[in-house]
Amino acid sequence: MNGVQHALELDTRTSLLDALREHLQLTGTKKGCDHGQCGACTVIVDGRRINACLTLAVMHDGDSVTTVEGLGSPDDMHAMQAAFVKHDGYQCGYCTPGQICSAVAVLDEIKAGIPSHVTQDLTAPVQVSEIELRERMSGNICRCGAYSNIVEAITEIARRPA
Amino acid sequence: MKFDKPAGPNPIDQLKVIGKPTDRIDGRYKTTGRAPYAYERHDVVGNQAYGYVIGAAIAKGRIASMDLAKAKAAPGVLAIVTAENAGKLGKGNFNTAKLLGGPQIDHYHQAVALVVAETFEQARAAAQLVRIDYAEGKGAFDLAAARDGATKPEPKFGGPADTAVGDFTGAFAAAPVKLEETYTTPDQSHAMMEPHASIAAWKGDQLSLWTSNQMIAWSAGDVAKTLGIPKEKVVLTSPFIGGGFGGKLFVRADAVLAALGARAARRPVKVTLTRPLMMNNTTHRPATIQRVRIGSGVDGKITAIAHESWSGDLPGGGPETAVGQTRLLYAGANRMTAMRLAVLDLPEGNAMRAPGEAPGLMALEIAIDEMAEKLNLDPVEFRIRNDTQVDPEDPKRPFSQRQLVQCLQQGAERFGWSKRNATPGQAREGQWLIGMGVAAAFRNNLLTKSAARVRLDRKGFVTVETDMTDIGTGTYTIIAQTAAEMMGVPLEQVKVKLGDSRFPVSCGSGGQWGANNATSGVYAACVKLRESVAQKLGFNTENLQFADGQVTAGNRSVPLAQAAVDGELTAEDAIEFGDLDKKYQQSTFGGHFVEVGVDIATAEIRVRRMLAVCAAGRILNPKSARSQVIGAMTMGVGAALMEELAIDKKRGFFVNHDLAGYEVPVHADIPHQEVIFLPEADPISSPMKAKGVGELGICGVGAAVANAIYNATGIRVRDYPITLDKLIDKMPEVA
Repeated sequence: MNGVQHALELDTRTSLLDALREHLQLTGTKKGCDHGQCGACTVIVDGRRINACLTLAVMHDGDSVTTVEGLGSPDDMHAMQAAFVKHDGYQCGYCTPGQICSAVAVLDEIKAGIPSHVTQDLTAPVQVSEIELRERMSGNICRCGAYSNIVEAITEIARRPA
Repeated sequence: MKFDKPAGPNPIDQLKVIGKPTDRIDGRYKTTGRAPYAYERHDVVGNQAYGYVIGAAIAKGRIASMDLAKAKAAPGVLAIVTAENAGKLGKGNFNTAKLLGGPQIDHYHQAVALVVAETFEQARAAAQLVRIDYAEGKGAFDLAAARDGATKPEPKFGGPADTAVGDFTGAFAAAPVKLEETYTTPDQSHAMMEPHASIAAWKGDQLSLWTSNQMIAWSAGDVAKTLGIPKEKVVLTSPFIGGGFGGKLFVRADAVLAALGARAARRPVKVTLTRPLMMNNTTHRPATIQRVRIGSGVDGKITAIAHESWSGDLPGGGPETAVGQTRLLYAGANRMTAMRLAVLDLPEGNAMRAPGEAPGLMALEIAIDEMAEKLNLDPVEFRIRNDTQVDPEDPKRPFSQRQLVQCLQQGAERFGWSKRNATPGQAREGQWLIGMGVAAAFRNNLLTKSAARVRLDRKGFVTVETDMTDIGTGTYTIIAQTAAEMMGVPLEQVKVKLGDSRFPVSCGSGGQWGANNATSGVYAACVKLRESVAQKLGFNTENLQFADGQVTAGNRSVPLAQAAVDGELTAEDAIEFGDLDKKYQQSTFGGHFVEVGVDIATAEIRVRRMLAVCAAGRILNPKSARSQVIGAMTMGVGAALMEELAIDKKRGFFVNHDLAGYEVPVHADIPHQEVIFLPEADPISSPMKAKGVGELGICGVGAAVANAIYNATGIRVRDYPITLDKLIDKMPEVA
């Protein structure tokens, strides 16, 4: 978990999300719906983003999980976290950790050439465009409606030289 | 501090900190997952057990029997709370239905039990073992069917039920150009991202609640009233709130049941409403049927305007005040408005972002578009022709500021409105029919008492304490900006503590009144602190400068921190308003411009461009204010195109009660959004010269979308949401 190994004894019914929030007390990952409908619980498992509410903790024995806390801290923010602050890509903050984990993973997916529903040319390298970002981020609901700003934050990071 | 005269020059006018697009001071905590929300407070109390709420499976009737035996015997179960064993409970001032139902059931998913267990999984599993038999009663669930039986409601928020000036009937009959249409808006859900949640702990007769709530003082009072304990025995804390939009204005079942569960289990208990419980268990924006009649001369001047609205609620509830804006928005000598309320047994209706204006303008601003077309006038021009600088129902009252015309003119210019083809269905790009729509935005500026405490320490740091809340609005930041401006310190030297019932009582967050009133309360406290500082430092003049950490008069300058060298200085005060809101009508204005594309084959609707031009007093932080407006515009797109709580009219509940069934806008639905704030400072509003802006953005935007769809297709839909099935069989023939 965020680079640290944890040994946990858990109820088999415990979701990965509740293992994080209730057992490891890593509450940065949010429970918005517990049904895979809102994306607030997005974490990165072995490099891929998933909804932590839709998977049981016992299914992840030995997996490597990155949460929003693992990306950065208030005094040492990840570039994506800093871009969200700069572009005001959030309001109440509750969907924000999921948006940020998703955004980080989306840029990796695009880099890896994974197409989306709106990718026009499946053989050419995938472009970072607003339409690609909007499509790929659509599993992360923001009821405060910060979408326009979130896309600007992600675009800034995508265009920044690595 | 009494505010009963328009503000003169004051330290806020320096605009060194206020008015700057500062990043949010809580941003680094929110973006790194370190801002603690209610259910996450592992830090505040140990040994927390888990409560799981059971909702009623009928809309109306009685619990015939409840069998708890199996659930009680399930692993880990500590207690089960029901109305039968909870003791005598009251009802909060702000609740219409009881928060714990039984044996009488008032609405579907009204809480009927809380199962408390060692773990969440155990509580959830045990809750499935509770066996409840109901005797289902007959209820009314259909507004259209109940409309004829609707009655005139008692005035609550939103003024009287009826108003009338001049002779509407006569003027409407005589008008050469007239419109009479009926519009409907559906029930809508706040659907904030953070479900309602609370942790409760008792220490003797003292209750601590860590919860998610917009109005701390109201809610501490209502918790006490519901539990039958003194208000002083309740401490309610809510520093971070994962969205509210009105859905967390009031105490809900999570808080009351956590308290009862903790009492029964004799240990702290945490409770969250599950997402599928939220839409029926808590409040929603009630559906409306609205009838609008407008009569005009051939010159495009309105001579008669009427707006009537019907909505429903549980017995003892209130109307959706959808006619409010029509009393103030356009000129016209002969006018009437009326609201009627039907009794419905659906879940409790209540405030959701811009209650009244949001659905009201969805109707009125389509009607204005229709009227402009009848007059062969541009809809921007028609609105401008009917501008008024005074309250049209009481012309002695001028508006304190009113830049509606400027909003519309600048918006039209910026949006390229002149390129719009007034004849619908003419603009096409490939598979898309393109249309542009406009609507006016209008929302009142509400004034209410708000208090704060400020402290100055020996290092020159300023701490603000108030029970004000930040529901994503940027309150932490604008309060810090206010204190920094007033005390002449950098923003980094201000600490803001919010959302605690032990702090001075603020206006709270609602009705877009939070920013202006809460910062005015901080202003008042800072004025008092400045007086204490002056006294302490031996200045005997009122002409003091607080800047750069120094206090200066003439050529004498002393570090601010010096004033606290013998100990912290504290000042507390409240802003209290006189009758300036009676003498002047105080409102905020805007113009919404929207471009849509409608697919020629499928009638799929895409919003392509959005612009709002707003005039809303001094903008305290243009970055967070802009976010408020774009967020509200987004919710307005939801209202226009997708949001609808679907009613099972036989069983009486909202069927689509989760985020898969109740659709809200996602990233793919929303384009880049533009917001322009017109320069404005309103000294009649407050010493901050600000007004509200958090709800203005949702006001009118739905109609702008609807008008754009009409312009694209020539199809006028008057029943929201405008889903493609309402267009598909009427789409124009195209090559």
